[in-house]
Amino acid sequence: MTLAVDISHRLGDFVLEAKFDSAGRLTALFGPSGSGKSTLINLIAGLIRPDKGRITVDGRVLVDTQAGIFVPVHKRRIGMVFQDARLFPHMSVAANLRYGLWFTPPAERYANIDAVVDLLGIGQLLNRRPAKLSGGEKQRVAIGRALLASPKLLLMDEPLASLDEARKAEILPYIERLRDETKLPIVYVSHSVAEVARLASDVVVLAQGKVVAAGPTEAIMQRLDLLPAEERGEGGAVLDAKVLRHDEAFGMTVLGARAGEIRVSKLARAVGAPIRLRIRARDVMVATEKPTGLSALNILPGTIVSMKPGEGPEVEIGIDCDGAVVIARITEQSRQGLQLKLGSKVFAVIKTVSFDRANTGAGLPAEVGV
Amino acid sequence: MDWLLDLTPDEWNAVRLSIKVALVAMVFSLPPGILIALLLARGRFWGKTLLNGVVHLPLILPPVVTGYLLLLTFGRRGPAGAFLAEHFGIVFSFRWTGAALACGVMGFPLMVRAIRLSIEAVDRKLEAAAGTLGANRLWVFATVTLPLILPGLIAGAILAFAKAMGEFGATITFVSNIPNETQTLPSAIYTFTQVPGGDEGALRLTLISIIISMAALVASEVLARRVGRRMDIE
Repeated sequence: MTLAVDISHRLGDFVLEAKFDSAGRLTALFGPSGSGKSTLINLIAGLIRPDKGRITVDGRVLVDTQAGIFVPVHKRRIGMVFQDARLFPHMSVAANLRYGLWFTPPAERYANIDAVVDLLGIGQLLNRRPAKLSGGEKQRVAIGRALLASPKLLLMDEPLASLDEARKAEILPYIERLRDETKLPIVYVSHSVAEVARLASDVVVLAQGKVVAAGPTEAIMQRLDLLPAEERGEGGAVLDAKVLRHDEAFGMTVLGARAGEIRVSKLARAVGAPIRLRIRARDVMVATEKPTGLSALNILPGTIVSMKPGEGPEVEIGIDCDGAVVIARITEQSRQGLQLKLGSKVFAVIKTVSFDRANTGAGLPAEVGV
Repeated sequence: MDWLLDLTPDEWNAVRLSIKVALVAMVFSLPPGILIALLLARGRFWGKTLLNGVVHLPLILPPVVTGYLLLLTFGRRGPAGAFLAEHFGIVFSFRWTGAALACGVMGFPLMVRAIRLSIEAVDRKLEAAAGTLGANRLWVFATVTLPLILPGLIAGAILAFAKAMGEFGATITFVSNIPNETQTLPSAIYTFTQVPGGDEGALRLTLISIIISMAALVASEVLARRVGRRMDIE
């Protein structure tokens, strides 16, 4: 799937001018509130008609203002999951799920109701009314309803934003299954670094109605300057690792990454299983000598390869640990005190490791102290 | 009870005619009522305020004036009346159909108001969601909007029915007071009060009209509650 967007649209004082292409499994439209990401997704869905521009999915033109083309929303075959579920209150869950089937020509139906119900774990809800569902259940039904219209592209507009942490944790694995087990490309709007890092293969960063960066998730997450101020602490290095062995005596698991061995609390994963971990910049300390008498277990040697001014008195330091860059966020005072500069040999002391994009069904904790 | 139901054939006819006129007025006002309510709730067009005013006119004008205006337009020689009689064979003047027209017109603002309010309460985001699932505008209206405004529709229809049951001024001006043709309950009661010894008959028909109106009200409450329960929005 390739999605190509090049549009400009004005809403009052706000001007959205976005141009990007994406061919990812799950493309995140990422940015702070008011950056235009919801407007953008509504434009793709066809709920808003752009002032100017062109949108194509796999070469099929959905909008081209110059050519006077505007495919109406009901003919786009683009599924949408809204932040506020929007289930039909006068229908049962089953009727909600089947709604899109009516409007899908039999030849184009690929979604099977039993498979979708199974994928989302909503079998016991079928006879209920939407008003009787919890927020998380509503959102799962909304995802199922969108899938059963057999869309060619699925848009998700902050589907977790109105849920509490427990409900988010309940839904995230289902979205991962959706990403990994169906071939349906997904565009996912979010302002949460944690969600984007865990779910996205590609990220398009929006700020004040403009695309400021686009690329693979790993590359974008390292650029703390792209993240909104309140989320900046969530950014950091994203590393791919493997389970090397389990240390039963201490209840630990040893992961092997390019940067070296990383010890975490025991994970319920087989030896050899791939794992993606995120080391947040705020969880990394920098030492000029190999520290002793320290409780932290993970200390990686490396070389400083980048230094960028961060928020306020802080600097963001990139440390190349044998080919993988770990980002540390320290104060300018510490940097001067330690006389850190490009090329300095240092040790990165890692306090916490987060797990992202845990493979389907792994049931990993999102964060582990080490 | 016997006393109450011991009606003369003319009185029975008045009861039957009233119910028939009210039902016909209600059923035939529903489609244009929904359409006008949709226009007023959703439409953005020049002359919306004017349309709103015209719809509400029967509520503000003296009924006699409305009846006379109907006589002028839908009477035998009126422009609309002559056209309909010539091309469709529909005659209103001094027929029960005219009584239904007068009742429909008088109840129309009440019906439109109730439906309009319920349309304005519909969450348009649900309609957008239906669109993304492949439903065109007509289907969205039939499967989402219409079921959601059903309580308002019922309320509007019952209001129109009740208004039709009680309509007097416009009806008597437009189609007069002809037994078995245009003499509805109110007209029959009025006739009783005009003749010596008519008190008993007037009281009987008064009680019957109270019973019918109450029954309609209770029916609408029950219906609305059932619809509401089905939607879990009570």
